[in-house]
Amino acid sequence: MSEQLETATNPENLQRVVIEPLTRVEGHGKVTLLLDDDNHVRQARLHIVEFRGFEKFIQGRPYWEVPVLVQRLCGICPVSHHLAAAKATDALVGATQLTPTAEKVRRLMHFGQTLQSHALHFFHLCSPDLLFGFDDAVRHRNIVGVIEDHPEIAKQGVLLRKYGQEVIRVTAGKRIHGTGAIPGGVNKSLSREELDYLLSDIEQVVTWGGEAVALIKRIYFEQLEYHQAFASIDSSMLSLVRPDGAFEIYAGGLRARDVAGKAIFDHVDCNDYEQYLREGVKSWSYMKFPYIESLGAENGWYRVGPLARVNNCDYFDTPLAEQERVEFRAAGAGGAPLQATLAYHWARLIELLHCAEAIRELLHDPDLLGDDLLVRGELQSRGIGVIEAPRGTLFHHYEIDADGIVEKCNLIVSTTNNNQAMNESIRQVASNYLDGRHLTEPLLNQIEVAVRAYDPCLSCATHALGKMPLEISLLDSRGELVERLVKSSTGEIRAPG
Amino acid sequence: MADKLRVATASLAGCFGCHMSLLDIDERILPLVELVEFDRTPLTDIKVIGDCDIGIIEGGVANQENVEVLLEFRKHCKILVSMGACAVNGGIPAMRNQFELRECLEESYLHGVGLGNAMIPSDPEIPLLLNKVHPIHEVVKIDYFLPGCPPSGDAIWTFLTELLEGKPVSLPYTQIHYD
Repeated sequence: MSEQLETATNPENLQRVVIEPLTRVEGHGKVTLLLDDDNHVRQARLHIVEFRGFEKFIQGRPYWEVPVLVQRLCGICPVSHHLAAAKATDALVGATQLTPTAEKVRRLMHFGQTLQSHALHFFHLCSPDLLFGFDDAVRHRNIVGVIEDHPEIAKQGVLLRKYGQEVIRVTAGKRIHGTGAIPGGVNKSLSREELDYLLSDIEQVVTWGGEAVALIKRIYFEQLEYHQAFASIDSSMLSLVRPDGAFEIYAGGLRARDVAGKAIFDHVDCNDYEQYLREGVKSWSYMKFPYIESLGAENGWYRVGPLARVNNCDYFDTPLAEQERVEFRAAGAGGAPLQATLAYHWARLIELLHCAEAIRELLHDPDLLGDDLLVRGELQSRGIGVIEAPRGTLFHHYEIDADGIVEKCNLIVSTTNNNQAMNESIRQVASNYLDGRHLTEPLLNQIEVAVRAYDPCLSCATHALGKMPLEISLLDSRGELVERLVKSSTGEIRAPG
Repeated sequence: MADKLRVATASLAGCFGCHMSLLDIDERILPLVELVEFDRTPLTDIKVIGDCDIGIIEGGVANQENVEVLLEFRKHCKILVSMGACAVNGGIPAMRNQFELRECLEESYLHGVGLGNAMIPSDPEIPLLLNKVHPIHEVVKIDYFLPGCPPSGDAIWTFLTELLEGKPVSLPYTQIHYD
């Protein structure tokens, strides 16, 4: 169904509707729809419209600059890029095993990062759709509306994010674009005062994490059929898992499972990622389209991120999150992975709870206070670092010359992995909810609701610039202008086939 | 309520970190929304800017669309603020200026690792890239510059509160940094 909506056969005769910029997502993108005279959707595409060229201009830089330089890909999850790059540079300096202090400080930073990013995404960006409905008034459908109508929920979201940001500040020196991880380790551990500071609020944070999961479950089950069906697609899923199958976001091997939950590959060494994944390019987006090579470009696409991780892992090693995982998995038909796109939110908040629990556990570990921070070995020419960023599996790959100067760089960022899936989801929404109807702003918002579920970071995705603001310019097939729409689209920009 | 100041924000060629830093005012967002109303920002679904008192721009200009958005902001905002390293001087994205644009595109889309099919995206739906990345004051007049990568939440808070109170903006030494 949806594949045929990728490219219309006769675009020149169709009316173009554009949703631009996409709002309440991170980064800059737009959606175009081509409609025929009866408002039937003939083509739907999510375009990523920024390009930055990191892979080129990183060339010629010394490898030790990489962890602080490439994190500027993204201000929402800079820690993810910081740590993936740091892991790659660990390999470059021959540091095969970090000290316990270094690894635990990095893990703490990463849990803080995932906690704050998930809180931001759910409370600041998506909760207005879920609390008020997709068709709520534009002026009200945002975090300010949540502050006005549900001040307690808004405040919890703000303070959950704040806590995650403080964990980052303590471990990296700064909330955004810090410097904690360096090739072979970290540049500081924690002081007793810093530990006590983080400990003072952690019980509250765990409690709020539990409440957040309860909230999303209430929302999900109140409109169960809708949540199961909306933007729902069947896909394979990819994530890291620990060697024993446990949920893992910092290390581990790659696991891919098909729609039925059967392994496509498992515990793959991240250094071998090139043998398993390829990337396709399409003329109409700066974001590439990765796929599992053994399945081919047509069928090999997959999903990453919270939905994939919670479906793929065998268990969480923290009790509250594990309890929630069991309930989550029971919602999938016959033990198969839960495919509902809106279940991303549910999975995301289970992960948030897990991060809170994992931080609580780590804060009692004396290794965080240690002073053995760095290891070094022989310089290597190739370094690959893979982690689970909040939005999914993130690959950094660098090659350097004998002087340590970067010669080659390849990045597959989390959101890029979801490119095909997001396109499939908007086509599903376009077919099921928009097709043949007079398009209105609330209907178009449903397209964005589908995109938002993936928590796409379009900044990262292009290794290009992040943007966010959006205009919607919208004309229906009779050329009627809907309010707040701009950019008359009477044909200056035509989508070619 | 009627006399709330209207604020719009946009991220052009940046990483969105400055907007995150704006959210790093944490719970101070609660009193802030008593004083201001947000117009077009990534946090609302208002896609077209209306007349505003303050416009805040993150990121430099790297493509045609960045320029259009920036001109719209200048037209509609009484005060326009350049926030963060990329808006102020181009920042990390301007590192591509040492190369030809063509070389950057070729590296990503023709010579990349693991490409299944190689081509440079060229659809008309994709905005035209500028040959170089520019700071925004090369395109429009800017009223305030707020440095930092990103400026801290505290610096943004000081800036906004003093501006909203009609005072001359003066950041304490500890809040001025460029990293």
